[in-house]
Amino acid sequence: MERMRWDALSLGEKIRSGEVSVKEAVDAAYRAIEEKDAKVHAFLTLTREEAYRRAEEVQEGIRKGLYSSRLAGVPIAVKDNICTRGVRTTCASRMLENFVPPYSATAWELLEREGLILIGKTNMDEFAMGSTTETSAFGSTKNPRNLEHVAGGSSGGSCAAVAAGEVLVALGSDTGGSIRQPSSYCGVTGLKPTYGTVSRSGLVAYASSLDQIGPIATSVADCAALLELLAKKDERDSTSMDRSDLAGIGETVREWSKTVGEQEKNLVGVRVGVPKEYVNEHVQPEVRRAVEEAAEALALRGAEVESCSLALSEYVIPTYYLIACAEASSNLERFDGVKYGYRSKEYQGLHEMYKKSRSEGFGEEVKRRIMLGTFVLSSGYYDAYYLKALRAKALIKKEFDQLFSRYDLLLGPAAPTTAPKLGTSLQDPMLMYLSDIDTVAVNLAGLPALTLPWSEDAAGLPVGVQILADCFGEKKIFRAASCLEWDSKRR
Amino acid sequence: MAKQYETVIGLEVHIELSTKTKIFCGCSTAFGKEANTQVCPVCAGMPGALPVLNRQVLRSALAMGLALGCKVNQLCKFDRKNYFYPDNPQNYQISQLYLPICHDGALEIVGGFGKKQVRIHEMHMEEDAGKLIHDDWSDSSLADFNRSGVPLLEIVSEPDMRSAEEVTAYLEQLRKIAQYLGVSDCRLQEGSMRADVNLSVRELGSTEFGTRTEMKNLNSFKAIAHAIEGERERQIELLEEGKAVIQETRRWDDNKESSKPMRSKEDAKDYRYFPDPDLVPIRIPDAWIEEVRREQPEFAGQRAARYQQEYGFSAADAALLTEYKNLADIFEKAVQLAAPAKKAANWLTGETFRIARERGLALEKIALLPLDLVNFLAEVEKGNLNNQAAKKVFEAMLAENREPLVYMEEQQLRTVRDSGLLERIAQKVLEENPTAVKEFLDGKEKVFGFLVGNVMKEMRGKAAPDEVRAVLLEKLK
Repeated sequence: MERMRWDALSLGEKIRSGEVSVKEAVDAAYRAIEEKDAKVHAFLTLTREEAYRRAEEVQEGIRKGLYSSRLAGVPIAVKDNICTRGVRTTCASRMLENFVPPYSATAWELLEREGLILIGKTNMDEFAMGSTTETSAFGSTKNPRNLEHVAGGSSGGSCAAVAAGEVLVALGSDTGGSIRQPSSYCGVTGLKPTYGTVSRSGLVAYASSLDQIGPIATSVADCAALLELLAKKDERDSTSMDRSDLAGIGETVREWSKTVGEQEKNLVGVRVGVPKEYVNEHVQPEVRRAVEEAAEALALRGAEVESCSLALSEYVIPTYYLIACAEASSNLERFDGVKYGYRSKEYQGLHEMYKKSRSEGFGEEVKRRIMLGTFVLSSGYYDAYYLKALRAKALIKKEFDQLFSRYDLLLGPAAPTTAPKLGTSLQDPMLMYLSDIDTVAVNLAGLPALTLPWSEDAAGLPVGVQILADCFGEKKIFRAASCLEWDSKRR
Repeated sequence: MAKQYETVIGLEVHIELSTKTKIFCGCSTAFGKEANTQVCPVCAGMPGALPVLNRQVLRSALAMGLALGCKVNQLCKFDRKNYFYPDNPQNYQISQLYLPICHDGALEIVGGFGKKQVRIHEMHMEEDAGKLIHDDWSDSSLADFNRSGVPLLEIVSEPDMRSAEEVTAYLEQLRKIAQYLGVSDCRLQEGSMRADVNLSVRELGSTEFGTRTEMKNLNSFKAIAHAIEGERERQIELLEEGKAVIQETRRWDDNKESSKPMRSKEDAKDYRYFPDPDLVPIRIPDAWIEEVRREQPEFAGQRAARYQQEYGFSAADAALLTEYKNLADIFEKAVQLAAPAKKAANWLTGETFRIARERGLALEKIALLPLDLVNFLAEVEKGNLNNQAAKKVFEAMLAENREPLVYMEEQQLRTVRDSGLLERIAQKVLEENPTAVKEFLDGKEKVFGFLVGNVMKEMRGKAAPDEVRAVLLEKLK
């Protein structure tokens, strides 16, 4: 097996039928990584030895029929803020450079149990704070489609690994667009599930009320297959929910993705809104065109598509950054050099140990957000900033509720532009924050949303479109996404 | 004329709940285990670990709140209190600020001051911190997280107390309620009950409060009483000198019997409280409150009143017997097994309290088997144990968990009923002490005790004293 040209479900099928061995699949992944990763830098840690050991175990397990999932034996990459027992989990930070968790995140545990093989841990913005994977303490990830451009962030490593064909599936996390935006930049498919669908236990927290783990893949069906494995209520996470409605979703979407082409009007009765704020004059023309084309494609399949408005759109960025930074400032307090992680070499007394360990261990962007969050929670500012942001969040949720009383789905881009050039974004953090305009509202409202590749811009960079649904609306998203996936390949 | 001052005191009391597992994880709460053997990723603050509320904590808190006559916030939330300290593995404590589980209750206290209501401002749930052990030898500190995440209730009173006596009564009353509910053993010495004292003074008759200080590190009733007295004097002295009391937190030093400032209001910490996003808001339905209310036990006061009525005990005796729930429970079960009430009560108070004091036993941990007490009392009743032997057996029952019938045989404490032997020994003692006999016959009745004592000694304490007296008198006639 030279290169993996299939999607993960097809590979899983070939492994099950014996056409491809698990070892061959693992070989292919590492060969692709050897070939490409020196340039792309999607991975921070490779787990070669363990992967081959597991390959034998899983091969045996498949022979015995131990796995129910179609993805058994499929290699996978995991973002480096998801704890993997015995494997370094750094969050792309000096602070956790040598941190090896003695436990696994529930999300990874579920996949490991189904026989997926961990190939390595992927690069990201430090502690998931950033939109380009350039805030990583261990070097930026390059966009596999054009190495002079960023992969996006914060799950840039996972998206680039899939885009480069190093793996067919990966796990990312999405707090304000961290799966959807890099998926769009890299030309892959990524889903941010409804908040509470995937357990956060073992996901190193950035902003607890917004964080959600999700799948990244080359196809909609692969995302659905992974989601089905991930969507389990977890006693270790109080915010985890029962999603038994997603049982069988992998099979359903697999079927759809094969058949949507044959039925033409398969979206009759589906109401789709296109918020005009997502396609205004600030948006790169090719991105705007992609959304318009996708809207037409949905209409051709019978959907009722119309323009609508997300009037509170101008408040989503400040609301998101206030809440996310406030939670982050508290979540990251545990990194103090006392119990694990980086501790400064020289210090006098406790106070200096804290100060130097944290000053040296965290990067600029993380420190900026910790300071911002600490400020907005301080007495005297709490009401003016944090509380106000919570109120704005509630209003944004309410506006989505109203929109979803009229529409089944919303359509937009995942970012106002295609992937920017490396080295340009961090010069103006404010501008970088503003580029999150298309993704953060979804997290504030807890909604599910999926990005899939639609077209390319003049420079050959991928342009993605994003589909949003109301909470628990993953199935509706998958239905429309299967159609768009089919249509995008036949443009 | 010197001014008269009034002391105004409010308390913040922490009670460690005796749940089997910690508040947000499944680790054991057992006390005194090897350092860091009762920790997991959650209570050690590892990356990615999430808290999940132990429902039993909620139940205990609700029971305590209802017993204090509190209103319940049927929607309550946890908040994070952020501060850096190495005993606090997350560097924030999960507590409740904005919507604590209970508020606005009252506790009635009784004492030399009469009867009064102390209002409860609020009560909330939170997690305990770990412990730091400072090693002077290596000039370093070690952290033990066994206690990290042990559930606490913090009960905040209004500034309604006026003396150390009232404070003691308040704490004793809280302890009794918690013990009767079975939610905590409330031991000041072991730290399962901790009290911070907020104190200010004002001129008698004034309606405005003075500036208060908060005193921490009070580990015994004695320390609390001394700290209150000391702080009252210190504040009065400042006022008399025309100086101002500074609002600050002070640490009590038990060895030096004095306090010194820890931090003032100016450098008071900003804890940046905000709702913990890892924990969902708790909804407490009416039905659940009703259920917990129905399960409220008979508390000490009610029980004491019943004992007065059922057994004709004096108010003081009934109060003493119900001081510790475990002792009152032993009493009830023993009485059900036909033990004489008055005698059972006497042993369970006077002698029990004495032995506990002398041997340093925790009264709330005494676990005497009611059946043992019944058997023991029967032996005493039958005259098989004289007073001295009975005390010995009872002490072995309390302190060593011994079974009375076995123990008295093993130690040969049973009263000897062989009057022939007693006769012979009495005869021997009289013959060996002619002077004493003469003095007694001359009217010096005091020496009779000496003769009885000698007979008892010869009998190795196993004779019934009245029998000894009777035999001696008979022979001396």
